[in-house]
Amino acid sequence: MTGAGADPRDPVLREEARSTPVLAVEGLHVAFPGRSGPDEVVRGISFTIRPGEVLALVGESGSGKSVTARALVGLAGARARIRAEALRLTGHEGRALDLLGLSERRWRAVRGRQVGFVLQDALVSLDPLRRIGQEVAEPILAHRLLPRDAVAGEVQALLARVGIPDPAIRAAQYPHELSGGLRQRALIASALAGRPRLLIADEPTTALDVTIQRQILAVFADLARAGHGLLLITHDLAVAAQVADTIAVMQHGAIVEAGPARAVLADPRHAYTRRLLAAVPGPETRQSWLSRAGPRPERARDPRPAEPILEVRDVAVRFSRPGGAVDALAGVSLRVRQGETFGIVGESGSGKTTLGRVVLALQRADRGEVLFEGRPWSTLPERSRRPLRPRIQTIVQDPLGSFDPRDTVRRILEQPLRLQPGLAAGQRAARAAELMALVGLPREMLARRPRTLSGGQRQRVAIAQALAGQPDLLVCDEPVSALDVTTQAQILDLLADLQHRFGLTLLLISHDLGVIQHMSDRVAVMKDGRIVETGPVEDIFAAPADSYTRRLLAALPALPARAAPDAAAEPIGPSDAARAPGLEIHA
Amino acid sequence: MTDMLAIIDRLRPDRGSPAPWHRPGLLVPLVPVLLLAVATAAPGLFTGLAPDAIDTDAILAPPGPAHGFGTDQLGRDVFARVVHGTSLSLTIGLGATLVACAGGVLLGLAAALAPPVVRAILVRLIDVFLAFPEILLALLVIVALGRGPANTLLAVGLSSIAGYARLVRSQVLQVVRSGYVEHAVALGEPRRTIILRHVIPNATRPLVVVATIGLGHAVLTASALSFIGLGVVPPVAEWGALLADGRNYLDTAPWISVLPATVVAVSVIAITILGRGLQDLLAGSDGS
Repeated sequence: MTGAGADPRDPVLREEARSTPVLAVEGLHVAFPGRSGPDEVVRGISFTIRPGEVLALVGESGSGKSVTARALVGLAGARARIRAEALRLTGHEGRALDLLGLSERRWRAVRGRQVGFVLQDALVSLDPLRRIGQEVAEPILAHRLLPRDAVAGEVQALLARVGIPDPAIRAAQYPHELSGGLRQRALIASALAGRPRLLIADEPTTALDVTIQRQILAVFADLARAGHGLLLITHDLAVAAQVADTIAVMQHGAIVEAGPARAVLADPRHAYTRRLLAAVPGPETRQSWLSRAGPRPERARDPRPAEPILEVRDVAVRFSRPGGAVDALAGVSLRVRQGETFGIVGESGSGKTTLGRVVLALQRADRGEVLFEGRPWSTLPERSRRPLRPRIQTIVQDPLGSFDPRDTVRRILEQPLRLQPGLAAGQRAARAAELMALVGLPREMLARRPRTLSGGQRQRVAIAQALAGQPDLLVCDEPVSALDVTTQAQILDLLADLQHRFGLTLLLISHDLGVIQHMSDRVAVMKDGRIVETGPVEDIFAAPADSYTRRLLAALPALPARAAPDAAAEPIGPSDAARAPGLEIHA
Repeated sequence: MTDMLAIIDRLRPDRGSPAPWHRPGLLVPLVPVLLLAVATAAPGLFTGLAPDAIDTDAILAPPGPAHGFGTDQLGRDVFARVVHGTSLSLTIGLGATLVACAGGVLLGLAAALAPPVVRAILVRLIDVFLAFPEILLALLVIVALGRGPANTLLAVGLSSIAGYARLVRSQVLQVVRSGYVEHAVALGEPRRTIILRHVIPNATRPLVVVATIGLGHAVLTASALSFIGLGVVPPVAEWGALLADGRNYLDTAPWISVLPATVVAVSVIAITILGRGLQDLLAGSDGS
């Protein structure tokens, strides 16, 4: 990407008082009215952000981090009760701005102009009917920063600044014409358009692939170098490690630990921080559980390791799209051995999900075939495949979409049990209770609807349902991508445990290299519908032969405490010393 | 902008919302609907007068203590006729809606799941029927079957099948492509089970709401048929017929038409609002 270095004309650099914090928060409380009195979701947190500083607010969903961000831009909602000892923003020309009790009218003058706000999903945050240029120009026009005829030039400069190539062309395009990474950049550009000194980004890279994520984080690092203060909200410690100067860990609405990023990551003081760090999967965690201490038992290896349970032979799938056909799979072959975990890793659009669907016989292959236990599978007529289907089950990223919305957990679990002949109603109920115990859910939850469960609980229900038919092969498509790191750790541990107990074979599809490295025995790296590299996971990640695998590995955000001593693990941007508060910034 | 935020805030799913029976939006339309139900079951509770009783001393009497809604040109009590007409009007409306729903579900399912050739023909057929105004189709049925309450019911019901069929078809197509139907395939459920257990119940879910709104519409169409003299046969008390009766006296005795018309309007609006409330309730019931 093009380096978006500091622009000397940028107003934020002209500021005299660099050491004055751009944002000072003292004792912030946010509460919402609840059934039994006010429900306090943020409980007296304090922090400051100096110019050029990146503060990462890290926590799980429900920790109050997003509410904090929204409270700082006056978007916490009318029902939110906000109080604080101080909520001070240093505006342009060093003017101090009290954010407490602002009227909506005053907020409008602050938002976009004094604080820029970047949301997670650029596709929903950008108006689909407006061109990128119009969207980015909005704050400039709203705050009357430039004469109309100068706006177009400024928009292009902004787009260039966040590393969008051909800004003139991109400005004339609509959001759907841009890739996810470019959309996120455009959103950042629109947040920058009012030249705010403070930028707040709520999970800005969560929806993105690792290589794109690294580029977006680099844009943030550049902005910090140019003197912007940055508040980064994230659930991902590895992301925080990549750009943050300071990390504040939030739990139950309070900051439990805060300090320089390196210190927090290398020497966590609080038990919760340690648990968060331990829960991050990666190559070093292969022998241990993630959600608890202790070594993971060695998997009972099948005595016939060469026996493939699943064989994919030269499978091709082509989708016709407006403007030409797309090869989702262009000749993929692989063999999965009995009892192993076979990882498939690749970025979005690499064809890994299509491959999973072909294995599940939910997608017809245009060429090639899939064999299950050495016998035809994908070529069978549906009628003869149906009795065999319970043996290959699936777990998806969003189990809510695979449950009938009318069903309770009990009905969901009984759904596969009904298909088993000779199982009386009483036996089904008993089996459902057994399955609940197996995945660590209380029996009382059988009466609940999935919608009322947490993400982790839903995924447990999905796993229980998949196990009901006593499968041999479990196709897990991004099973933990929608989960917090601690919940993810529990689900990965559960999968590993069940695999150990039942000798399951796992086909694990994920974009997350850490998850793949932690779980898999062998791995296939996919790109553009092809497998570029395949082999034992240790070999592939220690000595990647393919250039794409190397690039993927380099983009992986790593925690410095455990990272291998190579260049990939270096945090983006200048060293901490150069960015210590109060020092001059030379971009 | 302030209003915008307030609206967004209101649209947010609020966890601490009061129970549905505390919502005035649902309670207010519930009152007239309950009154209608009582009028259907026991019209005697509202009026002691018979709908056909002629009071020659009070011909075209304006509304007063003796006759709440006044009397018509034959001296019949308008209020009594409205109350006694409720049962017939609502029965026709309800029956017609049921006919339309049943027909719509069958036709919609077939138009979504039948073999391609049959499917294509059915879809075109639905389109053709949608191209005609419903009242015209209803007239056609009346012409074929003759007048009378049962035929009015059939006419109104049959004429609105196409709309329901199209809704069901689009719902079925959506459900068939959903994650849970695909998942059911992966679980190994047979096609019949999938259609019966997942497709039909989920595709017909929005039908409850649409049918409630359609009920008001059916009452109106039936009234319209009676109004143009093709519905029930006089002197049977039916809402549409009442309106028609007063048509010639609009300038001298407006109450004969206007007061029953108000009842029809309030009823249809109440039923429709209740339908919408039901929609919100059903949508919200997944949340807890």
